[in-house]
Amino acid sequence: MDQKLKAGAGVSSLILATGAVALGAFLSHRHRLRTTDNASSSAKRQPPGDLALVGRSVTIRQARAKLFEYWRDFSNLPKFMENLESIEDAGANDALMWNIKAPAGRTVSVTTEIDSEKQDEHIAWRSVEGSDIETSGEVRFEDAPGDRGTRVSLTMSYDPPGGALGQLIAKLFQREPQVQTRHDLKRFKMLMETGEIATSVRTNDETRVVKQENG
Amino acid sequence: MRALTWHGTKDVRVDTVSDPEIINSRDAIIRVTSTAICGSDLHLYDGVIPAVRPGDVLGHEFMGEVVETGANSNLEKGQRVVVPFTISCGGCFHCKMQQYSACDNSNPVEKQDLSATLYGQPMSALFGYSHLTGGYSGGQAEYVRVPFSDVGPIVVPDHLNDDQVLFLSDILPTGWMGAENADIEPDDTVAVWGCGPVGLFAIQSAIMMGASKVIAIDHYPNRLALAKKLGAEIIDFRETDVREALMEMSGGIGVDAVIDAVGMESHGFAIDNIIDVAKQKVGIGADRASALKQAIMAVRFGGKVSIPGVYGGMSDKWPLGAIMEKGLQIRSGQTHVQKYTKDLLAKIEDGTLDTTFLISHRLPLEKAAEGYKNFKEQQNEWTKVVLKPGMAG
Ligand SMILES: NC(=O)c1ccc[n+]([C@@H]2O[C@H](COP(=O)([O-])OP(=O)(O)OC[C@H]3O[C@@H](n4cnc5c(N)ncnc54)[C@H](O)[C@@H]3O)[C@@H](O)[C@H]2O)c1
Ligand SMILES: [Zn+2]
Ligand SMILES: [Zn+2]
Repeated sequence: MDQKLKAGAGVSSLILATGAVALGAFLSHRHRLRTTDNASSSAKRQPPGDLALVGRSVTIRQARAKLFEYWRDFSNLPKFMENLESIEDAGANDALMWNIKAPAGRTVSVTTEIDSEKQDEHIAWRSVEGSDIETSGEVRFEDAPGDRGTRVSLTMSYDPPGGALGQLIAKLFQREPQVQTRHDLKRFKMLMETGEIATSVRTNDETRVVKQENG
Repeated sequence: MRALTWHGTKDVRVDTVSDPEIINSRDAIIRVTSTAICGSDLHLYDGVIPAVRPGDVLGHEFMGEVVETGANSNLEKGQRVVVPFTISCGGCFHCKMQQYSACDNSNPVEKQDLSATLYGQPMSALFGYSHLTGGYSGGQAEYVRVPFSDVGPIVVPDHLNDDQVLFLSDILPTGWMGAENADIEPDDTVAVWGCGPVGLFAIQSAIMMGASKVIAIDHYPNRLALAKKLGAEIIDFRETDVREALMEMSGGIGVDAVIDAVGMESHGFAIDNIIDVAKQKVGIGADRASALKQAIMAVRFGGKVSIPGVYGGMSDKWPLGAIMEKGLQIRSGQTHVQKYTKDLLAKIEDGTLDTTFLISHRLPLEKAAEGYKNFKEQQNEWTKVVLKPGMAG
């Protein structure tokens, strides 16, 4: 495994990580033909099936420092990340245990460490060695023009292992990770701009039903 | 509670459904005292708006009494409020620019994908409309859950009765914004297609904004008569060639500004409309834009086109050449209601705006289905229907 794998690393290093050499050769060939336009890597067309890297941006009308601070307290993340059951402290080096909702009421856990961070600018994390899921993520905070607030970009990558657990996890993350990331970021925006997450349910019972459907 | 629910095309019923509750801290619950049926509701009734589901509570024009408040609502129990049909957070990029009907945060995340696919970006939320716009339960009911109740509802004084202020919820600001979007200048001749409630309020607004002449187009004598009373000249499109008449009435120049207050279910037997009716019936997603096409042909070079009428999908045979070659300005949108409520309330209070002249029928909520049927089928006489949950049948 490539130990230097980081969120936001290009398609080619992800391919190294999955060890799909033939596909990698095909992709790096494709890669060479690409123009280097200004679009973010998450907007690049990716070959079908290659959904390991997902990313999105939103603009939030709040100060960079406030958003950074909220995110840096990782226990806040389950408030807007639908797949997350909880995040707990897991020891030294800012280790965190992510408890992720899996199909059939199961939970999958993965421990991460902070990989790099810069106050009010970015936070990157990745799974510790020997984890069942290789995962990494990075959130960036940049000033948006004028008084538009802060542009927040989230990139996540997953590399599920083989075997039965691997299949389960793959299924979990293949539940349209692009859509999931976009939805999570939009919920973050709602929470930061309005203090709540919009729902059109009429009764609290309905809220519970909706949650069950998604969980 | 009792509420008007959608069950399918031309099938709406008053059912018993669960009472709304406070869900988020900025919510309030309103006990509805008056609610109206709108031309937009007819698009749902006719099944030409996607993503409406059986059991959905309709209605987006409503007012009433605050009966419950969330921890972060700034309303107080007992206050009388009119509620804008647009649900807006007040704090996002669009709300800060007063583009309230484009609020980023009111449409639940999981409902945003469909409209983002249709339009490029997601729509914001509206009461009692489609799941494209959030699927929020609407106001043709005894009670409504109102999100962001610290931003939308406007408290109204007791000396104004319901009928005077109810239309602040939609059609009064919609007519006003329809006229404002036409950038009316003092010597302008303005033509308005459609003398329904939206068209009538657009006519009244255009006159107040100083248009030298306003021309109203429809085919219902009674609706045309209301337009005439407001001071408009009128054209009955069943009897008159509209384009020719407008060329004459504008001294051969073409009218300076046009307002489409008809929307996607244009009437008439113009050939393009007959084809569009057929396409809409077989469900291939063509909006009927006959009135709008006529408006684009009638407006002068460099003229202004305002579209308060609602469209939802695609339209065929769009006069793109006329738009480009004539250098037209086009403005449209769901109304940014919260931007206008305060000023318009002041105009109601000082008597410069008449808001009740178009109400033809007042019915108890229980008779809402009858209201829909007649507002759809007897448009000449049924110009605006107000439902009163408390009214004796
Ligand atoms: N932009 C907004 O926020 C907003 C808000 C409310 C309503 N609306 C829309 O405004 C439109 C009008 O609403 P309304 O309540 O007045 O509806 P309505 O159905 O009562 O009125 C429409 C009128 O248009 C007339 N008409 C139909 N075809 C015509 C044609 N070819 N030429 C001239 N007139 C024609 C009809 O006879 C009718 O009187 C609808 O599309 C409605 O959805 C938009
Ligand atoms: Zn309306
Ligand atoms: Zn907003």
